Amino acid sequence: MLEVNNILLLLVILINFFTLGSARLGACIRAVALQGAILSLLPLTVHGLNAHSLVLSGGAFVLKGVFIPWLLFRAIREVRIRREVEPRIGFVPTMILGALTTAGSFIFAGYLPLATEHQGTLFIPTALATLFTGFLLLITRRKAITQVLGYLMLENGIFVFAVLLSTAMPLMVEAGVLLDLMVAIFVMGIVLNQINREFATLNTERLSALKE
Amino acid sequence: MLVLLIVLPLALAALSLVIPAYQGRSWILPVGGGLHLALTLAVLTGHVAPSGLSWIAADALGRLVLLAVSLLFFLCALYAVPYLRFHREDRGNRIIVPCLLVFLSAMTLATLARHLGLLWLGVETTTVSSAPLIYYNRNRLSIEATWKYLLICSVGIALAMLGILFVAYSALHGGAPVSLQLDDLLREAPYCSRPWLHAGFVFLLVGFGTKMGLAPLHTWKPDAYGEAPALVGALLAGGLTSVAFLGILRGVQIMGAAGDLAVARQALLAMGLLSLLLAAVSVIRQPDVKRLLAYSSVENMGILAVGVGIGGVAAFGAMFHLLNNALTKGGLFLSVGNIQRAYSSKHISEVRGALSRVPVSAALFLAGFLAISGSPPFGPFLSEFTIVRGTFLAGHYVVGAVFLLLLVTVFIGMGGTVLPMTQGEPSAELADSGYRDTLLPVLPPLLLLGCVLLLGLYLPPKLRDLFHRAADLVEVAR
Repeated sequence: MLEVNNILLLLVILINFFTLGSARLGACIRAVALQGAILSLLPLTVHGLNAHSLVLSGGAFVLKGVFIPWLLFRAIREVRIRREVEPRIGFVPTMILGALTTAGSFIFAGYLPLATEHQGTLFIPTALATLFTGFLLLITRRKAITQVLGYLMLENGIFVFAVLLSTAMPLMVEAGVLLDLMVAIFVMGIVLNQINREFATLNTERLSALKE
Repeated sequence: MLVLLIVLPLALAALSLVIPAYQGRSWILPVGGGLHLALTLAVLTGHVAPSGLSWIAADALGRLVLLAVSLLFFLCALYAVPYLRFHREDRGNRIIVPCLLVFLSAMTLATLARHLGLLWLGVETTTVSSAPLIYYNRNRLSIEATWKYLLICSVGIALAMLGILFVAYSALHGGAPVSLQLDDLLREAPYCSRPWLHAGFVFLLVGFGTKMGLAPLHTWKPDAYGEAPALVGALLAGGLTSVAFLGILRGVQIMGAAGDLAVARQALLAMGLLSLLLAAVSVIRQPDVKRLLAYSSVENMGILAVGVGIGGVAAFGAMFHLLNNALTKGGLFLSVGNIQRAYSSKHISEVRGALSRVPVSAALFLAGFLAISGSPPFGPFLSEFTIVRGTFLAGHYVVGAVFLLLLVTVFIGMGGTVLPMTQGEPSAELADSGYRDTLLPVLPPLLLLGCVLLLGLYLPPKLRDLFHRAADLVEVAR
């Protein structure tokens, strides 16, 4: 199972880079959806087939792979935007930054002592790299919707780590966490809509009236 | 019974969705708040049996925060009735009432959680349920504030989740089965892996610190407090910040059990002093009174962090200050709400001589300003004095001196805005909405500040005992 896990995690890292380099919003949403779908397999490959991991997998798949991407697609259809124009930092520099943070994650993870059953896996570096990629998206992009994608990626990174510990989480709490994520994205979607209605754009640099 | 505290507001929120009568929906708030407060008092006096669940229990810290949240919510709910009647035509209450009740339920869940996952769930739910509250005014400024609040706090809370997971992973090293139960973690803490625990604490501090508004993670705070309705500002500044602080204190508890209290205290002390410094710089010449209160909130969060960071007597002072801050901030925001309505503005250039136009609200605002800046005979004077005394007793002379200096700076800075607003004569060219003080909007801030005054004059032994037991929890485990 170790091999399968590592292949899945490598795919996750590749998707990180794809999202950093892509200007088309549709492609970015699809990539994050695919990432969510891949992640939702992890509970099964790590903990085997049992009721708990099946429910967790199913919930994560429906939410991260299907429902949230659908919400986001609906949002960009309504506001008719297709491309991320003029990111604060260009696509190539962000890719390089992404590569640096990924390398950093691998180095940092090497210093953290791992439990014996997790040695030789890519869980910790992948979790950290995905987290940082989410941060990069949040910081470098201007469109509010890409920032939501960044937040989703950040959550994906945490999910990778959470899978290792999912036996500690009662199912009810896990369900609550996923539900909260959904509601958060839902509320963000509503706010996106209101931003678009008020400002006729989703560029967040227009949101700069409040300052000292 | 304990679970009822969490379920009751949720049930009322559901009820408010189906009630057709406008006033009926508004009145659900004080009714729910009153029941919640009655239950809370029953819990505090020990008349409620433990829940029987290992996830839900009320320890001293949880009780303290629960008391602050519940009392504040009840009085804000009373204030909400006339407020919502005023906005009946333009904004309505179909969304704000259920959101407020869910917000209360989420805060209660966080105070009673003995499971870190559940604690996280409560705090995250407060974010999503309070975003519509901040957007209540439906204009460009409030949407900007809502977006910043939602994004920054969501990211912060996500980091807190990572911190919780790191802490759980650290316990895995001790060979114990993985658990996020607070009691298990406290028991296993001495055997856990230090690098993971420390990394986890840092993430917890950053995550819950964002929600609490400690500098340098406070950037959403002035915007959100500035644009939200007064009663929402009161609940955020008094209730939510206390709940987020509780999240940090859970981390401190685990660090203490692991024998690494010194590390946790240093981190809290550094962030606390930074918050004080930042607040001191920002309150000077602050023209917007609600933003002023937001920076004052950053200051008070700094005071709390410094108190726990010093420990000992100062930790007792911090627990005392938590309650004082919640009640005073509530009174301040609500009285400012009244002043804002009388002038249709919250900007210093458009508000003058509030004492002659809305005398009671302005007097309350002035009293609240004196209280929050630590003047006798109000409660915050005692709590801040205790923290200063604890600082000097612990031998941190430089910290104590800097602390006092920054407090004085904030006092002068705030006074520069508050005094011109309340005193003098309102000139004829200032906008006048025709609003004057009436009983219902004045009563809640009056009661809140009355409590603050009472706390300054007489501290009931039961309450003192609660502060002591709460402070003991963040000391070294004995």
